[in-house]
Amino acid sequence: MAVTPILLLACGNPSRGDDALGPLLLDALADQLDPQTVECIVDFQLHIEHTLDLQGRQCVIFADASVRDVTFQFTRLTPTASLSHTTHALSPAALLGVYRSLHGEPPPAYLLGIGGLSFELGAALSPAAQTNLAATTRFARALLQGTPAAIAASAAASARMPD
Amino acid sequence: MYEHLETAANPAGLKRVVVDPVSRVEGHGKVTLLLDAENRVQQARLHIVEFRGFEKFIQGRPYWELPVLVQRLCGICPVSHHLAAAKAIDQLVGIDPADLPPAADKLRRLLHFGQVLQSHALHFFYLSSPDLLFGFDSEIGKRSVVAVLADYPDIGLQGVKLRKYGQEVIRMVSGKRVHGTGAIPGGMNKALSREERDYLLQDIGQIVDWAQAAVALIKRVHGADRAFNDAFATIRSNYLSLVKADGALELYHGGIRAKNADGATLFDHYDYCAYPELIREEVRSWTYMKFPYLTALGKADGWYRVGPLARINNCDFIDTPLAEAARVEFKQQLADQGLVHSTLAFHWARMIELLHCAESIQALLHDPDLLSGELVAQGSKRYEGIGVIEAPRGTLFHHYQIDDNDIVTKANLIVSTTSNNTGMNESVRQVAAAYLSGRELTEPLLNQLEVAIRAYDPCLSCATHAVGKMPLQVELVDAAGQVVDRLTRHGNGEFARGDAG
Repeated sequence: MAVTPILLLACGNPSRGDDALGPLLLDALADQLDPQTVECIVDFQLHIEHTLDLQGRQCVIFADASVRDVTFQFTRLTPTASLSHTTHALSPAALLGVYRSLHGEPPPAYLLGIGGLSFELGAALSPAAQTNLAATTRFARALLQGTPAAIAASAAASARMPD
Repeated sequence: MYEHLETAANPAGLKRVVVDPVSRVEGHGKVTLLLDAENRVQQARLHIVEFRGFEKFIQGRPYWELPVLVQRLCGICPVSHHLAAAKAIDQLVGIDPADLPPAADKLRRLLHFGQVLQSHALHFFYLSSPDLLFGFDSEIGKRSVVAVLADYPDIGLQGVKLRKYGQEVIRMVSGKRVHGTGAIPGGMNKALSREERDYLLQDIGQIVDWAQAAVALIKRVHGADRAFNDAFATIRSNYLSLVKADGALELYHGGIRAKNADGATLFDHYDYCAYPELIREEVRSWTYMKFPYLTALGKADGWYRVGPLARINNCDFIDTPLAEAARVEFKQQLADQGLVHSTLAFHWARMIELLHCAESIQALLHDPDLLSGELVAQGSKRYEGIGVIEAPRGTLFHHYQIDDNDIVTKANLIVSTTSNNTGMNESVRQVAAAYLSGRELTEPLLNQLEVAIRAYDPCLSCATHAVGKMPLQVELVDAAGQVVDRLTRHGNGEFARGDAG
């Protein structure tokens, strides 16, 4: 199967309140993205085999709920060798570190963190998370119209903005 | 039996050692040890500290939501919950398993084989292979699949790709890797397309070869120190699983067979819809997780183990040739007295099942029923449905009742890890008594407790129970670590202050 240039990889449990933000972002964008350019994948957690999904991409964007007090944050990720020994699930940066050890330098990767407050089982999205999701959807829609180079520039500009 | 180590006779003054969290398992658990002045173990317990309350969450929902809803119990075996719920909901729309159209039945089986394949690969290669390849007392930096990938790249990558292939089977059948919508009341929502079938066929030969290599690997690892591996964390127990009508290994649908530790059959082809008579669940004050037991044998003797080892012990044969040959060799090498009780043999049994899944997927992909035919059967409404399946970790029960408005009024789930609760605790106590007692505890020694637990492949996320129904202890601990107050909620909902339980 052909590999699209951009991968949008969301993780989270839709039954745990604001943990659903990543999957819900993909739902909101799904009909508006060019499938020749952007592939969307959703999963509960990141695992080693997701390194295989990263192969051949020009860039990768991870979408996930964030516990930080932000509407959303868009930042460039740096691969890390640190691993959690408590579980098989990985952080996006650790996944990039595994990719580097297996396949060489990973594609440019970014984290789109969406601010969430409540992560209880069975809870609906919190009102703040709904607001944050709407703003993030607008941002991501514009972002994903661009080229990988434009996405990189956007992340660089975001990194210079104060929290 | 090591049940004398469940509760110390006099806990005051004992030294407390906590392994928290238990690593490389799904979910959050901890082990506590109480030691006397000579480091002799007086108490050893596995606690489940995550609390999900899923049964309560289900109540009040329309029943047709359940196959999708219950997948969110777990990120590792969502398809098992999806299919167990689907089997229960088939009954709510008046369809028994024998009435399901052949195409739907085979698609569900294909989905399930993909699920078990990916889950077994994840557990063996991602979580347990560091212990098995580097040793239980290896340096902590070696205890990850990344270290396996560095030192044994062929083995590690085969594990990654086996898991990936199982995920692809799930994606092709249900539309997504997780939260797919393959099963619907009375059947399936789509056939496999020819393109999807051909896509999966491309790699299945390689997958079967790698699954065979995985069996050879665990056989080699287990045989490298046979006496130790046979004895480590090993306990004699009853075993429970589904079997086919002819006694073959069965993962999707069958009757319940239970054997005792001597290999004698306790029940055979028992109708799983009568499981409430077969199984009771005991609650204990020190953990959220229940302790199921066979009613006929009682609390003391009726506890049992489920999962790959139970299934391989219980079945008469496997109906795929390579896995059957592997089963025969497994039994010849390890079953001195009829059944294999070695807890570490769970890994070997798991890889035999991995091979069975790969062979079964290969056979199903050549079955023309997958590509066409009726997909949904219709019947008349019933108010109660029970679905049982052999999930990767063992027998999984979903039981629902609905009202006139099709709303779920009662839900009961017995997940595989709950059935293994006594077994895991017994294995923890065996390791504590045999390898830790009287020694100065070090981190590598404590890892042995985790190795024992990991063999069961526990999923601690979905093994906890309904809100308000489980015993609960709240402790107030002062700065010196002394418990100054304790509030206990018992299984009957009553509260008591100062009750150690």
